[in-house]
Amino acid sequence: MRSVHALGVAALVMLALPDPIFAGEPKSGGILRMYHRDSPGGASIHEGATYSINIPFMPVFNNLVIFDQHIAQNSTETLRPELAESWAWSGDGKTLTFKLRKDVKWHDGKPFTSADVKCTFDMLMGKSQQKFRQNPRKSWYDEVNEVTVNGDYEASFNLKRPQPALLSLLASGYTPVYPCHVSPADMRTKPVGTGPFKFVEFKANESIKIAKNPDYWKKGLPYLDGIEFTIIPNRSTAVLAFVAGKFDMTFPTHITIPLLKDVKSQAPNAVCTVEPVNVSTNIIVNSSNPPFDNLDVRRAVALALDRKSFISIMLEGQGDVGGTMLPAPAGLWAMPKDMLEKIPGYGPDINANREEAKKLMQKAGYGPDKHLAVKVSTRNLAEYRDPAVILIDQLKSIYIDGELDVVETANWFPKVARKDYMLGLNLTGNAVDDPDQSFFENYSCGSERNYTNYCNKEIEKLFNEQSVEKDVNKRKKLVWEIDKKLQEDVARPIIFHARAGTCWQPYVKNVTIMSNSSYNGYRYEDVWMDK
Amino acid sequence: MFAYIVRRLALMLVTLFGISVIIFVLLRVVPGNIVDILFDAAGFVDPADKANLEKELGLSQPIVVQYFNWIGGLFRGDFGYSYVSEKPALQEILPRIPITAKLAGLALLFSASIGIPLGVISAVHQGTKLDYTLRVISLSGLSLPSFWLGLLILMASVSLVGAMPIFNPNPKTWTEAFAIYAVPAMAVGFRSAALTMRITRSSMLEILRQDYIRTARAKGASEASVNYHHALKNAVLPVITVIGIEAAFLIGGLIVTETVFNIPGIARFLVEALRWRDYPIVQNLVMFIAVVVVFTNFVVDLLYAAIDPRIRFGD
Repeated sequence: MRSVHALGVAALVMLALPDPIFAGEPKSGGILRMYHRDSPGGASIHEGATYSINIPFMPVFNNLVIFDQHIAQNSTETLRPELAESWAWSGDGKTLTFKLRKDVKWHDGKPFTSADVKCTFDMLMGKSQQKFRQNPRKSWYDEVNEVTVNGDYEASFNLKRPQPALLSLLASGYTPVYPCHVSPADMRTKPVGTGPFKFVEFKANESIKIAKNPDYWKKGLPYLDGIEFTIIPNRSTAVLAFVAGKFDMTFPTHITIPLLKDVKSQAPNAVCTVEPVNVSTNIIVNSSNPPFDNLDVRRAVALALDRKSFISIMLEGQGDVGGTMLPAPAGLWAMPKDMLEKIPGYGPDINANREEAKKLMQKAGYGPDKHLAVKVSTRNLAEYRDPAVILIDQLKSIYIDGELDVVETANWFPKVARKDYMLGLNLTGNAVDDPDQSFFENYSCGSERNYTNYCNKEIEKLFNEQSVEKDVNKRKKLVWEIDKKLQEDVARPIIFHARAGTCWQPYVKNVTIMSNSSYNGYRYEDVWMDK
Repeated sequence: MFAYIVRRLALMLVTLFGISVIIFVLLRVVPGNIVDILFDAAGFVDPADKANLEKELGLSQPIVVQYFNWIGGLFRGDFGYSYVSEKPALQEILPRIPITAKLAGLALLFSASIGIPLGVISAVHQGTKLDYTLRVISLSGLSLPSFWLGLLILMASVSLVGAMPIFNPNPKTWTEAFAIYAVPAMAVGFRSAALTMRITRSSMLEILRQDYIRTARAKGASEASVNYHHALKNAVLPVITVIGIEAAFLIGGLIVTETVFNIPGIARFLVEALRWRDYPIVQNLVMFIAVVVVFTNFVVDLLYAAIDPRIRFGD
């Protein structure tokens, strides 16, 4: 009997062991075959704003620092040195100095130095002669005064004020270091990096190939000989091809919850995981014009939302209700549940919320005999259209007759930018689970991505206050207050935070899908295949 | 005949000029350009950056200047650069043409080799069970959308044989090479074959009622000789017209098939280029397709005379 127990305990221990240990010694070789959901517009990560670029090209580069690639939840505790050997903050928290590695070479053989760090960030801050065609994350470096170098292997970021979150921004998959000697135009077509894989070719709408960098500065890595991405925009075809064994891995977080069931039934051996993607589905309200210039009408819209219905219809229950910041447990900055439920519209009694919403609508002059007709604009993509239809249905309960206005992708942003909408359904992705990235980008007065032009000077002060705060617990409390206020002000009502699936064949080892970002976990230097 | 050919060639040039203007204007009438899309993806617009990029791509020039730049470039052999990949447009388009050509050729071959014989059989056996069965098959061919049929084929191959005929640029065996083109060709050619069969059947039925057919039979010609030598030869003219039109329409059908079977041909590429408003790619590709269609029509017209000597081209 004791031996049976021992066997059971041993089995449990085996199951509890992390995948790489359980799988044995890593083997070198093999090409990892993955499908890609679409053809990215180029190969330059700094000029992109979609993880369609990060996934195939992040393995070509290195950052100064990176989030640990095998801890799903990105946080300051999981920051690891990469091109930097170490880093240190000055006493006043306004200078961040990196000591750089001396053994790193670009894929074209030229040595990596501090000049490359300066070039990259000068270009991101718009301070260099060479310009990116577009620079979507320029605002990340608003607090950086300048980047200075001290010799070939030391670089410092001099800040206008302390910003502890800068390290997290530098660890994102969106923040690789570029070579000085390669132009931005060449980086869009033939990127040169220092990473574990070298760029081989990018055939638009067809494939992307990267191959092992034999001179990678991390000796013995990468294990794979290369990675081949076949571009398959049709999701059904892509998933069928994975099921048929044509691919070793699906495109990360590309499997919807309903589709995941099909994959599991048709490929029962596949390893699948579902993780939050840190993308919120939200409502943008044009508060510049009537009727949504009236705060009561905006509040009524927020009160009418039955968030759980959205999640059960669209995600079969596998989604999360939260504020601006990603909900716990995956999210680091989510406000506690009891605090969230006290925000108008988040309480569990949907009928009571809607009764309150009706009163606000009646106060604004609408009622059973006088409905408010609105156009609900959204992008012509399923992940936008589907929740927009549910939203229209829910708004009916508070005297709002919505009409779906589907806008082609090419025209969506120009329409939003010129405020040519009343109510819109939008998706907002966060590259880093940090309030600095989310608050300043989406809610700061004058920010380019603050689509609704929400501007509250008091909150703006709190944004800065939380940003300089070094004590994480104090910062969290400030963040919760800000998030609560943003929801109460109906700045951009958050409907839900989605989760999505990723699958791979059982012989693919060492893959970790991040749980609080879809942008940071694709270096793939120690992924290997047991076959 | 020579004068006719010269006149048709001149007409072709005028048609192509008209098409070039229509393509060019229509593309610019559609709201949004590549710069809008790039900044849309970035989530914001910096007006100065946008203006710079439009200038860099030549989009800030007057539309007439842009048109003559394009046409002038075509005459010089300069097809421009793709806005997205920043590679020469010709370098992007040329490798994809043989892929689509093979697929379209196989689909047409399938359509003609299945549609014409079955049409004849159906007409010859009019009113029999065989005729009704073939008519049901042809009707289903016309009713089933090719994307649905394509997906059905893919799902069936995965669940029945655990494999799927998805495109592979370097097939390992000749069977794989055949499957990656033949299966999608059948999926897209099924509708075409059904149409060809119906046209062949109705045309044959009309011919089989003619006096000269009765005369042939009275002279003791065999049934096969009557059907295939006397009747089909005269019934095939409208069929050729339909196949010619189908060849032109096939590009449209191939967009869906290339997407479902993930074939990197020009049809799918055209849709992607349109999505990005990649003008140099779209303009040159649509122009190429227009040339193919106009030329196919020209060849069909010439074929009439070759097949039916009664047709003479007026001066």
